Amino acid sequence: MGKFRIFGAVAALSLTVGMAHADCGISSGNISVLANDFPALHAVVSTAESCAGDGITFNKNHTAKHNEISVAALSADPAEYTSKIVANSSIVPLLNKDLIRPLDDLVAKHGQSLKPNQLIRIDGKVMAVAFMANAQHLFVRQDILDQIGMPAPTTWEEVLSTAKAIREAGIMEYPFAALFKSDWNLGEEFVNMYVGHGGKFFEPGTAKPAINNETGTATLNMLKALTEYTNPDFLTYNTSTVAPLWESGEIAIAQLWGSTGGQLLDDEGSTPEVVAATVPLAAPTVAGGNTPASTLWWDGFTIAKNISDEDAEATFIAMVHGISDDMVRANNDSAVWLMDAYVPGKAAEGVAATAAAGAEPYPMLPFMGLMHQALFQELPDFLQGNETAEQALADIEAAYVTAATEQGFLK
Amino acid sequence: MPHRYFFWFILPALAAMVLFIALPIFSVAIQSLFVEHEQVMKEVENCGPFKCETVLQVDNETTARLQEEAPLGRFNGLGTYTNRAHLAFEEVGQIWAKTETWEDFVAGVYNLPLYKALFFTLSYTIVVTPLVLILGLFIALGVNRLPPITKGPTIFASLLPMIVTPLIGSLILFWMVDADGILGATLQVLFQDGDLSLKASAPLTWIMLFVYGVWHNTPFAFVVFYAGLQAVPHETLEAARIDGASRWQQVRYVVVPFMMPLVIFITLMQLMDGLRVFEPIVGFSASAKATSLSWIIFNDLFGDSKLYGSAAATSVITITAVCILLTPVLIRTWRDFHRKST
Repeated sequence: MGKFRIFGAVAALSLTVGMAHADCGISSGNISVLANDFPALHAVVSTAESCAGDGITFNKNHTAKHNEISVAALSADPAEYTSKIVANSSIVPLLNKDLIRPLDDLVAKHGQSLKPNQLIRIDGKVMAVAFMANAQHLFVRQDILDQIGMPAPTTWEEVLSTAKAIREAGIMEYPFAALFKSDWNLGEEFVNMYVGHGGKFFEPGTAKPAINNETGTATLNMLKALTEYTNPDFLTYNTSTVAPLWESGEIAIAQLWGSTGGQLLDDEGSTPEVVAATVPLAAPTVAGGNTPASTLWWDGFTIAKNISDEDAEATFIAMVHGISDDMVRANNDSAVWLMDAYVPGKAAEGVAATAAAGAEPYPMLPFMGLMHQALFQELPDFLQGNETAEQALADIEAAYVTAATEQGFLK
Repeated sequence: MPHRYFFWFILPALAAMVLFIALPIFSVAIQSLFVEHEQVMKEVENCGPFKCETVLQVDNETTARLQEEAPLGRFNGLGTYTNRAHLAFEEVGQIWAKTETWEDFVAGVYNLPLYKALFFTLSYTIVVTPLVLILGLFIALGVNRLPPITKGPTIFASLLPMIVTPLIGSLILFWMVDADGILGATLQVLFQDGDLSLKASAPLTWIMLFVYGVWHNTPFAFVVFYAGLQAVPHETLEAARIDGASRWQQVRYVVVPFMMPLVIFITLMQLMDGLRVFEPIVGFSASAKATSLSWIIFNDLFGDSKLYGSAAATSVITITAVCILLTPVLIRTWRDFHRKST
């Protein structure tokens, strides 16, 4: 096995070296990319990097803290990075501060390979080019479901009854896990469950919060019910905690990011039995609703505003090369790609099924980030049983109103 | 020394302090009086890979114009200080009016973010500081009695908790107290409770953070006390011994009084360190159970939209709290200084 891996690495390396002088049709310019730090984005940026050389300089910065620095880095003139890879939430601060440029001209000139649904249009103008999709969805252990003789859950109510059955069969005390860590993760779990209940976060056409209602209470009660079947440490659980637990066979049902699927289904870090029994499913529906309790996410690239047109053009060409069909074929299982060359594998089934079932995209609103923050600040008190659902919802709205007022979204 | 020389001697340090401490604090104080401009929004149609929808978006041109006219933002006076995220005067008033018992009132106030953080921060400072002083002194006394050959390695080993980066130290402990970690699993066996988890219960998380604080800070007190012990006059100790003082009495009546200035120095440092406790909360993923003033500041500046005014206000409140806590110690030092000079 080890030999194969080394061979694979060498092959990949020689491939990269071989591509180092790829002819992308750029003659000069500066390209620098700021991106999050996970394998799919490494693949895109490294492929774009193969355009470098002969008068073209290329820099990249992969960091999980990309959102901390993006606004400051792109506010500079000239901007520190010519391209920022964003998702539906992280594009918002850049839009709010007017730091990225419309791409319509560049798409017309160099974007023939892009599909219409890859173009993120805001107010009619293309502001980003999406290349991959992501969503949280369910993973189940088929062998354990077979043991208790129950079908795979399709609703959150069924997740509860399945978890109960697993516990009562004495197989696992805490069969369920989700990303409940009391930071951005916990906020996302509320957002998913609330959207699944058909809830709206704001009064239409305003920035006024609208979560303190029956839908909000139902959402909180479902989250609370799920934590009963989760290890008591659940408020410290993020992807890097839950994925190893899954791989060591300690969990039977989990709601995780689709992008974690590759890690769970590869032949590293787990036993063949656990890997073979791991099945990705669509995110469940809840409370009799039709759409999955999950939000859809895209990742895409943007081009900074405060750079020369020449650099913008060079960056655009390089990034289009970065998401080319060749890149997709070489990294097929790293993500759920939006490009035509993509052949969905097992790891992509969950995201594909969630999208096909009609899940909503994560709200791309200027004040959604503040709501998300208020959610994870105030939810732990409720989940630990220190206060009622009504009090928690009132606290969330109060915390949001305070922040949104300071930020100028509310009067 | 003539005053003139003294002035020139201290000038570089003074200039650095003004530049790197006073001016930033002044700028933070100014910032805390302002909030962001009103965001002018318009309805636009957004299309993505999944669907199109009509949503609100910030109107960049109008907002940029506002920004240019007043780069600092809107003047808000002390509004940020009194809002719910900070001193929450209005909310506290409402809770006072609504609740009948002291217990309910305290519970209501504890539900407000700043007071919750203040409560943990003060508890941490009050618990950790005396423990660090006492433990540091005992370790110093113990090491002082060791034979010279073992002294060096012992001192080095005792200093390790201080040398390890706080975040790394807390992460190491965090994994050790995990239910599958060596400490967590041992505790489960000891208490014969398979569900015992230091991460799940709020009181245990607090104790864990206090223990971490003592573990991390004791070496500092130890080093200072150990240095002080070398300077305790042998004649006085010998005289005490001849008078028949026990080892405890020697420590109580000779060593501790002699090292009183060091005790005050360490107390000052620990009060300041305790009030800005931050790394262990991040390292232990403990923010669901314990937040501190520094953690609130971090949280305000961490998200997609950064709340500069809010973070600045919390900073000023933290500085004020440090000043209040330090006042008794400073008054004492001032009195001592005067007594000696007269």
